[in-house]
Amino acid sequence: MTRQFKWDSGIGLLGLLLLFVGSYIGLFVAPSERYMGEVQRIMYVHVPCAWNAMLVYMLAFIFAIISLWTHRPKWDAATTAAAEVGIVLNSLLLVQGSIWARATWGVWWDWDVRLTTSLIMLLLFAGVLALRSFVHDASRRATWTAIATIVAFVDVPLVYFCVRWWRSLHQVQSTPDTVAPMMVVPLRINAFAILFIAIWMMTQRARLELDRRRQDQVSEPERLAPIGGSNNA
Amino acid sequence: MSSERNRRRVLAVVAIMVAAGVLAFLAFGGIGENLVYYWSPTELEASGDKALGATIRLGGLVEPGSIQHSEDGLSLKFSVTDGEASIPISTTSVPPAMFREGVGVVVEGSVNRAGQFETHRLLVKHDNQYQAPGEGENLDMAEMMESMQFEMDEKAKEKESAE
Repeated sequence: MTRQFKWDSGIGLLGLLLLFVGSYIGLFVAPSERYMGEVQRIMYVHVPCAWNAMLVYMLAFIFAIISLWTHRPKWDAATTAAAEVGIVLNSLLLVQGSIWARATWGVWWDWDVRLTTSLIMLLLFAGVLALRSFVHDASRRATWTAIATIVAFVDVPLVYFCVRWWRSLHQVQSTPDTVAPMMVVPLRINAFAILFIAIWMMTQRARLELDRRRQDQVSEPERLAPIGGSNNA
Repeated sequence: MSSERNRRRVLAVVAIMVAAGVLAFLAFGGIGENLVYYWSPTELEASGDKALGATIRLGGLVEPGSIQHSEDGLSLKFSVTDGEASIPISTTSVPPAMFREGVGVVVEGSVNRAGQFETHRLLVKHDNQYQAPGEGENLDMAEMMESMQFEMDEKAKEKESAE
């Protein structure tokens, strides 16, 4: 336990430290934007959340495939952890984007393809967790979670590519060429900060899931004993 | 147990194939044709009377020199252009702070009998450029159109580069 404590808590702390440094540079060192002014600084949390949300969902997708293939509890735990952390980042990016939109576009929300697919992404993965909570049997729960995650992932590439494929209000991806160098620095630092924090959250969540499962397995026979017989699914 | 394992692996393959199929359909199935977020001024002009009265979105650049505030300050007139066609807009809504000449906008509303596009929802579209104040300002129409992701008419592009 102490050995595990070291590595992922270290990553979490590193993430927090980077988030502090990146946000400091973003707020006080980087220039304001020529048209948007100070509100553009929300980019330094909005874009890292968006990148990492998609990355974490992609991990959930990969874990789900491994979980279906091997059927080991740890991959099921990893899938759930990634989906849940993805939901946190996804919610954050929608709220941050909404605030930024009000200040620049003039509205809190619009049914633009980027905004709509991002909201659908949140609802799909929330659906995965809802479905998961309906299934009592651990083995079946793992199978259903994995399949739902694979299907939900369809929307993730759409979120990324929709602004290139279709007309939208949201602009396309920036490149280092279209962003002032002193804005790229805090953006990159915060991207790694959020990534490390996300990794830390996922490891904590996966461990919790495995602990719960172990507890269920221990208490199950006792609970079932008076009724008699075991339920082999 | 091994048949159970095989069943799960088949499920994995099927789930991935379904996911890939749906994505491929959305990407290459031409759904974009039915998913028009806004019309360009050229498209609106070409549709003529068909567009009268219907609620639509129009996307383009605010034509430089076209912004007119009414004397009482309650209404605003400007034109939205894609370099080819230009549509006169009138609104009584307060424009976002980012509203200026040459910026991309998406307006929601309808064309009235007088050929004026009345909007109640004026959105400013910004591009993927983030620069410090005073750096590389430009009002070159073709560049603005491109960075705002508005598709420019080929003819308009030639006209613009010839100027």
